[in-house]
Amino acid sequence: MIANESLFFQKFGVTARDLQRYLGEALSTGGDYAELYFEYLTSTSISLGESIVKSASRGRDLGCGVRVLAGEHTGYAYTDDLAPEKILCAARTAALIARGPAQHSVQNLKERATQHLYEVSSPSADADMAAKLELVTCADRAARAYDPRIIEVQCTYVDELRQILVAASDGTYAMDVQPLARLLLGCIARSGVNSARGQFGGGGRMGIDYFRAQGLPAHYAQEAARQALIQLDAREAPAGEMEVVLGPGWPGILLHEAVGHGLEADYNRKGASAFAGLMGKRVASEKCTVVDNGTLPWRRGSINMDDEGSPSQNTVLIENGILTSYLSDKLSARLMKITDTGNGRRESYEHIPLPRMTNTYMLAGDDCPEDIIRSVKHGIYAVNFGGGQVDVTNGKFVFSMSEAYMIENGKVGAPLKNCSLIGNGPDALTKVSMVGNDLKLDEGLGTCGKDGQSVPVGVGMPTVKLDSMIVGGTG
Amino acid sequence: MATYTEIPRDIALDPRDIATHIIARSIKAGATEAEAIVREGSASSTVVRLGKVETLEDAGSRELSLRVFVGQRAASTHSNDFTPEGIDQLVNDALGLVHLMSEDPFAGLPEPSQFGALSGDLQLYYEDVRGLPPDGRINYALRAEQASLEGDPRLKNSAGGSFNTFVGRIVLANSRGFVGESCSSHCTVAAAPIAQSEDGSMQSDYWFSSARSLRKLESSESVGKEAARRTLRKLGARSVASTKVPVVFDPMVSGPILRNICDAVNGASVYRRASFLAGRLGEKVASTNITVIDDGTMPGGFGTSPFDGEGVPTQRTVVIERGVLKSYLLNTYVARKLNLSSTGNASGGRAGNPGIGSTNFFLEAGVRTPQQIIGAIKDGFYVTEFLGFGANLVTGNFSRGASGLWIENGELGSAVEEVTIAGNLKDMINNISEIGNDLVFRSSTACPTLRVDGMTIAGL
Repeated sequence: MIANESLFFQKFGVTARDLQRYLGEALSTGGDYAELYFEYLTSTSISLGESIVKSASRGRDLGCGVRVLAGEHTGYAYTDDLAPEKILCAARTAALIARGPAQHSVQNLKERATQHLYEVSSPSADADMAAKLELVTCADRAARAYDPRIIEVQCTYVDELRQILVAASDGTYAMDVQPLARLLLGCIARSGVNSARGQFGGGGRMGIDYFRAQGLPAHYAQEAARQALIQLDAREAPAGEMEVVLGPGWPGILLHEAVGHGLEADYNRKGASAFAGLMGKRVASEKCTVVDNGTLPWRRGSINMDDEGSPSQNTVLIENGILTSYLSDKLSARLMKITDTGNGRRESYEHIPLPRMTNTYMLAGDDCPEDIIRSVKHGIYAVNFGGGQVDVTNGKFVFSMSEAYMIENGKVGAPLKNCSLIGNGPDALTKVSMVGNDLKLDEGLGTCGKDGQSVPVGVGMPTVKLDSMIVGGTG
Repeated sequence: MATYTEIPRDIALDPRDIATHIIARSIKAGATEAEAIVREGSASSTVVRLGKVETLEDAGSRELSLRVFVGQRAASTHSNDFTPEGIDQLVNDALGLVHLMSEDPFAGLPEPSQFGALSGDLQLYYEDVRGLPPDGRINYALRAEQASLEGDPRLKNSAGGSFNTFVGRIVLANSRGFVGESCSSHCTVAAAPIAQSEDGSMQSDYWFSSARSLRKLESSESVGKEAARRTLRKLGARSVASTKVPVVFDPMVSGPILRNICDAVNGASVYRRASFLAGRLGEKVASTNITVIDDGTMPGGFGTSPFDGEGVPTQRTVVIERGVLKSYLLNTYVARKLNLSSTGNASGGRAGNPGIGSTNFFLEAGVRTPQQIIGAIKDGFYVTEFLGFGANLVTGNFSRGASGLWIENGELGSAVEEVTIAGNLKDMINNISEIGNDLVFRSSTACPTLRVDGMTIAGL
């Protein structure tokens, strides 16, 4: 039985019989799996500069994607017009991937019980536009008040509400309403002829009340301003291999780049990952246990269900240094005969689902963060990062430090200019010699790109020491 | 409960009519000025792997964008709901939002004298791209992949061959009477083989050709062959000891460096003082052999269009002339702030006010071949790929992962990976000692081979 409560039933007149008919059409050429993905997205975007709101916009997008699988082959089409003839047309286009008579019938759709990892306080993005404008102006004031050397502040607030319905020929029928919000500040500091920038912010699957209740705009502002001011006095970063201590939280992007992408099942199914064939083998020091957990309440990377209607889960990727699991969607799970870990995600109805990360982090260890820093003779302490990138096939990855310091004889010293760290995925974590007891997740800013699709993700890590990494400075 | 199909369609689906209808609705609802953009396009993506079709995608999409003004207040909305209800909502949301905004003295549409569109055939649209059936697309992708896996037993696997097409139309209209329309087509064939050396380590790379017409596309075979060459030469790559040597950037990486320069001359970064080139107009900022142009008028160019995102005609702008900074890239808003004129670089963002984007942005070619440039270096690094995003436009600080080939006595030698390359963009553009003659537009930004001295390579 299907409860007739979905937005798509109510607003767009799509009925359970329609869903069966569309799926039947999609399977009519012999495909073995067909799926409908309905999406309705409302969004808000506000940006402030020079202490005035420069731009504010709202958007609405809706559409339906139809996917047909035939063995390893995928057919996909979508429409932004939910009229039955348009969806049927998309179904026929997607069905072109298979050529033959129908072989599979559509199972009865059964609604699946869902998790409740986030609440939606206001049912649409209409709520409280004035309050959102107040958030960015409040953050701006706090950043400028922090120090007179802050000469410019950019602040953006974006939120969205994504309502999705997945119906598939295997009987899947699942829906979710996913809120997402993010407040981000960039500060420019100037002293004499020196300029520098700092950036900070946060968010997650929550409403605007979260930011207001905890005074977060001011906190983000002070942190962005502080980082910009530190960069004013930064000196050239060193060049070459040395000991590296990564601070807790956002530096967990190391895990996302070094191992996370390489463990996505599609790359391994195709033999295109540097991790292919390493299942059950040692890929990290025994102090490392790394998970991908889509079930953390409120987190940016969390999802009640993935974009194939499968529930998200907590997957142990590396346990005490041993590789234990890939991240999979339905297609790779079936072809590789492994468990579907509920990681089939997509940017929108215009995209096919792919194995993607959710919140990827390393579990806490026993070491005291102070002891970790004290143990370093000559190295760097990196506490904030910008983005990163990995070449999945050769395993090389890079991530860029935005706040880092020298460590000399166990003491944190001078701040360093921005620079990149580079490493090799399959052996980077074998160099982890100390793991702190201070696990922290990031503030909720991460977006991951793969095959031209962006999805929100989270990362996290305790303080970690790597015995060697290449630091890409000029000094 | 009203179903979708019962909603009356009282407006014709001609995008010009839709745009002017939305503007009329906005003015009636209280806007003093309005600008509407209607986009429609159809895209296809074909991916083959190991000789079989992996993914076939085919779809059309549409988008409405609206910007309204009430005096000096502005707000915008976007939607893909073309029903009368959807258009009502688009207009009402925009008018609801605009009253919450503060006044901005620089906000507003361009002056009527600035509106216009380039005339004549800009060679942006070709029917053959739209007309190609799925089997034809599969054929392009299959041939590219096949060629990328031939001729060497180390080419053992493939991330796939692909063929993508896009055909689109954009209509921009505003309440000051401008209506512009432009159609474009685009197709890309690509191959990404994976090679494996005897010790089991793998490398992948790719190559592609893009064009506005099938006839202008390089052959699938030549694309596949080049992808294979680029992939095979990465095998056996190793890190090197940290050093300072002359660096030669292949066009695949000199292009991204030129993108950094493009971002630094973006007027929006300039007025925010977020660029190391802010306040340097008229000064020497680069070596005297450097001339950088933004030209939105080049027939057939990937960045060409008859008008920009605000209805101002695109133009040819000399950005850097023999090392001297001559112009920033500007839209109407930023031009007013800096007391300059728009350079026709408003980008049609989907949401919010128009941003600033380049058109066809390039660094003028030199006279020497890449071989001659490499041949003059005894010990150096030829960079073919970047990894990561390490450019800071405020300070000019630059640090990125790099891979490529070591230059040994004027010849390309062993493969190099897992190193970083660092410097400062301010210094880098002053230390370009050689510019290749190989300026080729593979996308809207193009840069020849460059030799840059004084950068630091960090490795083992």
